[in-house]
Amino acid sequence: MSHHLVELTDLNYTYPDATQALDSVSFRITHGESVALVGANGAGKSTLLMHLNGALLAQHGAVRIGDIPATRATLPEIRRSVGMVFQDPDDQLFMPTVFEDVAFGPLNLGLPPEEVERRVNDALARVGAEGLRKRPSHHLSGGEKRNVAIATVLAMQPDVLVMDEPSSSLDPLARRRLIYLLNSFDHTKIIATHDLDLVLDVCRRTIVMHQGRIMADGPTGEIFQDEGLLRRSHLEKPLRLQACPVCGR
Amino acid sequence: MADIATTLFDLGRLDRLACADTPVHRLDPRAKLLTTLVFLLCVVSFDRYSVAGLLPFSLYPVAIIAVAGLPAGFLFKKMLMVAPLALLVGIANPWFDQVPLLDLGGITISGGWVSYASILLRFLLTVTATLTLIATTGFHGVCVALRRIGVPAAMTVQLLLAYRYLFVLVSEGARMVRARSLRSFRRQGEGFAPYASLVGHLLLRTIDRAQRIHRAMLARGFSGELHSPVLLRFRPTDTIFLLGWSMLFLLFRLVNLPQWLGRLVVAG
Repeated sequence: MSHHLVELTDLNYTYPDATQALDSVSFRITHGESVALVGANGAGKSTLLMHLNGALLAQHGAVRIGDIPATRATLPEIRRSVGMVFQDPDDQLFMPTVFEDVAFGPLNLGLPPEEVERRVNDALARVGAEGLRKRPSHHLSGGEKRNVAIATVLAMQPDVLVMDEPSSSLDPLARRRLIYLLNSFDHTKIIATHDLDLVLDVCRRTIVMHQGRIMADGPTGEIFQDEGLLRRSHLEKPLRLQACPVCGR
Repeated sequence: MADIATTLFDLGRLDRLACADTPVHRLDPRAKLLTTLVFLLCVVSFDRYSVAGLLPFSLYPVAIIAVAGLPAGFLFKKMLMVAPLALLVGIANPWFDQVPLLDLGGITISGGWVSYASILLRFLLTVTATLTLIATTGFHGVCVALRRIGVPAAMTVQLLLAYRYLFVLVSEGARMVRARSLRSFRRQGEGFAPYASLVGHLLLRTIDRAQRIHRAMLARGFSGELHSPVLLRFRPTDTIFLLGWSMLFLLFRLVNLPQWLGRLVVAG
């Protein structure tokens, strides 16, 4: 039995104002894969992510995490196995101190105090934030907030990590550290982002979305060479793959 | 708005004070909370013309400030922030109540002035006591204590989250006001209509954020109760603190010490 699998079949979602956000989306992500979800603003990435941990339930089609279909009855199990890192860490860090924020999930799982303590320490050590334990969450820097937000999810020991714009509003060093951190995880990862250079470093596979549909799904290297596809999807080649602005090569 | 923002960041200082380590800080939050409640009840239960009877109560905040090493000047400034409220509440008393009550060496003082003084003194005592409670326990500690003494989770969760997101709300509001002022010239754009729209937007953003936070909480298994990993232990020192002070407060409440002392002096 593997929980590390994510499978979407013919997923459709229409918002109450009749905007169709997802249009027959299907894919299968297997154990340990690291997949980027890229596309223009409003392409449906966030709506798709919300289906992965049951914040939205499928109107048509199905979402499966491992062996479990995402339905109202399986929500607790789905939410334990899919860890979601939100775009704005301020949405995710709602407890008074870092320690309590990271302990929030494990305490809700009903774990005994020693186990909670152990998990919090492990998760904070993993993201290099041991020193922040007692600090109030709202007085941290952007990079620290991001790391703690990731720790809050790691403490739940999820099988799948889902991240929405993890590198947004980070300074270059904090972004580089995040890339190292992401590469050190062996979870199945799904990362929605506009940072295509980060995708080159972290994800082998890329799914391109446009207007609620999947435009392409394949190895990152191939997708980023297809300039026509990128242009049609309102994207552009990662800077590293473009010609040097000084020598033109 | 920028002023509100700076005042709020002072609130952060109140939180940091709570991180210190003194005998008062080490007490169980419940002991401090209950002692403060007894203090407040005793102070507000005096009749409207009491002034002298209230004076001994100042011993409590003074003692706590001294033992916990709190910056008295800072607390005093915080108190001044809410002072206008108290000043306004009783301002009409001297006009309405002109019955002579006291005669101090030929100067007659009306009941209105005495009750006004009583209101101000009560304000001073209750606000200082509450501020010292938060400065030695932290807002979070107070909420945990409230929950443990039986206040419903719905209320303590609201309080905690309101406090947490006060900072986010104010910085968001301050950014919007700054953006507006950068594009308004000679008072154009600072009128009522843009203000209403600004407040409306702030409300919409707040609702959006609330939904995202709720989603984040659900994603980590939230089911209505905030479990706190802080273990509270009510030790003998906590019992002594609570009972000792409570008994002293009752004594102050039942026996008018200044009057009694005065009589002693006169008799002697």
